[in-house]
Amino acid sequence: MLAKDVVEKEPYNKVIPFTGKQMAEEQTVSVADVKQVAELANLELTPAEEVRMQMDLNSILAYVAELNELDTSSVAPMAQVSEVVGGVSDLRPDQVAPSLDRANVMVCAPETDGAFFKVPKVIER
Amino acid sequence: MKSLTKEALPSISTLHQAYRAGGTSAAGAALRCLSAIEQNDREVNSYLSVDRDGALAQAKAIDEQIAAGQELGAVAGVPVGIKDVLTITGQPATAGSKILEGYRPPYTATAVKKLKDAGAVILGKLNCDEFAMGSSNENSAYGPVRNPASLDRVPGGSSGGSAAAVAAGMAVATLGTDTGGSIRQPASFCGVVGVLPTYGRVSRYGLIAFASSLDRIGPFAANVRDAATVLGVIAGYDPMDATSSTQPVPDYTAGLDQGVAGLRLGVPAEYFGEGLDPEVRKAVEASIEQLRAAGAEIKPISLPHTKYAVPTYYVIATAEASSNLARFDGVRYGYRAPGVSTLASMYRDSREGGFGAEVKRRILLGTYVLSAGYYDAYYKKAQQVRRLLTQDFLNAFEEVDAIVTPTAPTPAFKLGEKTDDPMAMYLADIYTVTASLAGICGVSVPCGKSSEGLPIGLQILGKHFGESTILRVAQTVENQQG
Repeated sequence: MLAKDVVEKEPYNKVIPFTGKQMAEEQTVSVADVKQVAELANLELTPAEEVRMQMDLNSILAYVAELNELDTSSVAPMAQVSEVVGGVSDLRPDQVAPSLDRANVMVCAPETDGAFFKVPKVIER
Repeated sequence: MKSLTKEALPSISTLHQAYRAGGTSAAGAALRCLSAIEQNDREVNSYLSVDRDGALAQAKAIDEQIAAGQELGAVAGVPVGIKDVLTITGQPATAGSKILEGYRPPYTATAVKKLKDAGAVILGKLNCDEFAMGSSNENSAYGPVRNPASLDRVPGGSSGGSAAAVAAGMAVATLGTDTGGSIRQPASFCGVVGVLPTYGRVSRYGLIAFASSLDRIGPFAANVRDAATVLGVIAGYDPMDATSSTQPVPDYTAGLDQGVAGLRLGVPAEYFGEGLDPEVRKAVEASIEQLRAAGAEIKPISLPHTKYAVPTYYVIATAEASSNLARFDGVRYGYRAPGVSTLASMYRDSREGGFGAEVKRRILLGTYVLSAGYYDAYYKKAQQVRRLLTQDFLNAFEEVDAIVTPTAPTPAFKLGEKTDDPMAMYLADIYTVTASLAGICGVSVPCGKSSEGLPIGLQILGKHFGESTILRVAQTVENQQG
């Protein structure tokens, strides 16, 4: 059961909207952009959430724009720590081994016939 | 300031002596923690689920081993709690989210399995910010955790429950996770020891992923030696995690009492700038002076790209989160919205109903920075700066053996407190996120208290796989606290 008040509770504590200088700068993200990104992420936002998210994304992206002070044209992107320190094994051998038991997995599913996951119809006619 | 009346629990070695001498039993220690949970956790809210029967059964099994004269595992009979982002077969694993309410995973995280194999008594699962996203534990869908040192204050986050449970005597040790500071900052706020192991040191198998290139699992304990003991148990190569390291695991407790004589400790100017609370500065500087008096060589250093760490972190962490959290779709586990007629609406409604506001915001930001046209400007750029930030540390470690800084710029703040000072928030993240991006190890150890009696933590950062060195420094700091 979902308590709506719990789900919608704020606060945004880690990055609060950056006020002042950054907010005065350009608004990179429009409400239309927020809608499009929400669709890509399979999220459905209320109109109030869209406005809030637009404000938050713009303030964070204005802060992120500080990275452009750095010339990184000759710097290779770093995706993983192991690129720098090594110490990671080669991929493990591709050998068949027992996996999770199907019955224990299917019992977690919201809807199942025991062998497969059941979902609503994919295409609407 | 209302704080809890709590009783300090014995250390692991004291427990083991008592078990062997018959002074107490593993069942007795477990019962003591369970009774502390009953007494204190209504107010603290650190446990999301308690496995009383499982814990007592495990404790009884350990007591039988002791009676039979068997060799004890490193954490045999030690009551521990586990952050609710780590799976245990058949136990709840909510990740602090409504979307995983009722989920009972069919597998156990490697770090937890290693603890169990070494005899630990698992008390239950600990509260945290939803999907470990937050620094105050106020983003949990199951209510905030309160700081045992002052109940109107946050315990820090995202591993707030893990820190508070140790601080309030509701576990001898706990596991937390740290993606941008989520072990070190709550350890600092609650006055306990928290270790961020090197990336790859502890297997992430069974950790509900937030940002896979940053996520790490590490221990909390009331003292450095216990934290080192637990780290030694959970560390090591695991074929189930392709990023786990094959480096051998040393005995982290072996060199703890070597002191710091001859060690070169770097003090980065960038970590003592605007926004640092004067009382935190005073406690940290006093601690550094004590380390100097104990024979360490204190060297001023510079980590020049530090100011770029927070924006870099928020691009990389949210990008990875948007990908990782795509798996929550109402198909295989967790919440599915009722009354949906198509697959697409099931995805959307389940995610809309299951995720909290902070999680949605991070998914949106991550999706945005990865989307066509923005990938190079944001994601690739952040990955490039990540390398520069990492190089800062590699350069510094040519000259020093470890780096000492404040863990957080302030002591624990009040629940619901809205700070309007962007600089303070900037600095709140900067002391911890940089080490996260670089993959180096760190520890937060209590180094004093504010005039209000709130704990203050010292952060000690070490080279990749330099855990033994930073724990040795932490032990010295702990000894000096007396």
